Amino acid sequence: MAFNIYDFTTLTKSIHEGLSSQFSPTATLAIEWTIVGLAYLLFVALFGLFLVYAERKVCAAFQQRMGPMRVGPWGLLQTIADFIKLLMKELIMPKNADKFLYNLAPFIVIIVTFMVISVIPFAPGLATFDFDIGVFFVTAVSSVGVIGILLAGWSSNNKYSLIGAMRSGAQIVSYELSVGLSLITMIILAGTMQISGIVEGQRDMWFIFKGHVPAVIAFFVFVIAGTAETNRGPFDLAEAESELTAGFHTEYSGIKFAFFFLAEYINLFIVAAMATTVFLGGWMPLHFGDFDSFNQIMDLMPGLFWFFFKVLGVMFLMMWFKWTFPRLRVDQILNLEWKYLLPINLFNILLMAAVVLFGLHF
Amino acid sequence: MKSIIAYITEILKGIWTLLTGMKVTAKYFFTPWKHVTQQYPENRKTLKIAERFRGEVIMPHNENNEHKCTGCGICEINCPNGSIEIITKSLILEDGKKKRAIDQHIYHLGMCTFCNLCVKACPTGAIVMGQNFEHAVWDRSTLTKVLNQPGSKIMEGVKD
Repeated sequence: MAFNIYDFTTLTKSIHEGLSSQFSPTATLAIEWTIVGLAYLLFVALFGLFLVYAERKVCAAFQQRMGPMRVGPWGLLQTIADFIKLLMKELIMPKNADKFLYNLAPFIVIIVTFMVISVIPFAPGLATFDFDIGVFFVTAVSSVGVIGILLAGWSSNNKYSLIGAMRSGAQIVSYELSVGLSLITMIILAGTMQISGIVEGQRDMWFIFKGHVPAVIAFFVFVIAGTAETNRGPFDLAEAESELTAGFHTEYSGIKFAFFFLAEYINLFIVAAMATTVFLGGWMPLHFGDFDSFNQIMDLMPGLFWFFFKVLGVMFLMMWFKWTFPRLRVDQILNLEWKYLLPINLFNILLMAAVVLFGLHF
Repeated sequence: MKSIIAYITEILKGIWTLLTGMKVTAKYFFTPWKHVTQQYPENRKTLKIAERFRGEVIMPHNENNEHKCTGCGICEINCPNGSIEIITKSLILEDGKKKRAIDQHIYHLGMCTFCNLCVKACPTGAIVMGQNFEHAVWDRSTLTKVLNQPGSKIMEGVKD
């Protein structure tokens, strides 16, 4: 098996050929799907655990605390212990809950998360799907997740859950606009919606540098709107502890709660990964036009590491937001979207169109 | 036009205040060796407790097992929730006069709110606040303490 950390196409191709020589085409496809599915499951579980730990440690550092220190060295095994505890919890069904929808809701949320994660290219040759409408697919599918949240709130037979779900719904529906429009701004520059095409278009320079002013504005609008869409602080009014206990997942326990919890953190990863792919070049190393020697030095680090380096950077920015800014009220959240982000975004699209039309980008 | 300028300045001011906040938290984040919290059981040996910390009421005794308590009962009167009970006895002095003295200064730690009123009220300064804060016990009855040590007596020259 040819293994090359810089380009995974040879690895995937050799696996495909090895399987094809042994099995029929249908069986090959089935085995490949199983392998890919298991790989995503493993990645989501492990990366989710890592993210929870990282969030707690980063939060602690921002507040001059130490964070988890007891389980394992520097509390490294803390999230694993938490996960085992969650798995052993009893699954409690509220009285008069809508049983079918109550059980369905966590699966909708987690399935949407998996569907979105499947189009993200981690490294050259390490992406499952590559639609020609990739960016559109991401925005379309990620907006289905809100149905899971609304169902969870509706079926729990609990006022707090319902109010939390409604807040979350209003918030996600509003901020979907900003996410979509900021991505459209970058599509104008890229000229394609195919994710592999977007990454390839940043071979000479990342879009955030290529598109200069409008791209930077679009990046920050995307990060703000993406933070709001994942229901994270400072936009976490869907789970306002003092008002709504835990919002839409108040009545969930055990593995179903773990699904919501995991989906929330993986959505954080997805927003960061989309920001990385569209603005910061995806797995593409830092390249600057004609500086060939500089570009070659940058090529020494494999694309996989570049991708995670950038994703972790964007995630750190979002955690920084979360642990610095005070929470917004409901009316302030909607004000921010409809009075500020949306007009800025629409103006920004015009600006980007003018920049592309007159060839003012690098 | 004026409203547009106001709109843009509002946005820029908002961004500026957000950046100010982020500067503060960044300073905290990039000095991770500075903590406001401590790893408690590990640092017991190096633990420094502030002098004015109110851990429990204690009655200091000198090396001759003498204290300053006259048994006047002012601390008992001043205690807002009855955590102190004073039991006195009469001593007969050499000249035949009777004198009141402390028999048992009973202190219910489990009821104490550490308000410091007894220490403030004490006319002779017999009781003070100690710094010990590890009060966990297996049996609630052990929280009731007698502050004057057995066999102790009042210091020379302390008058009420």
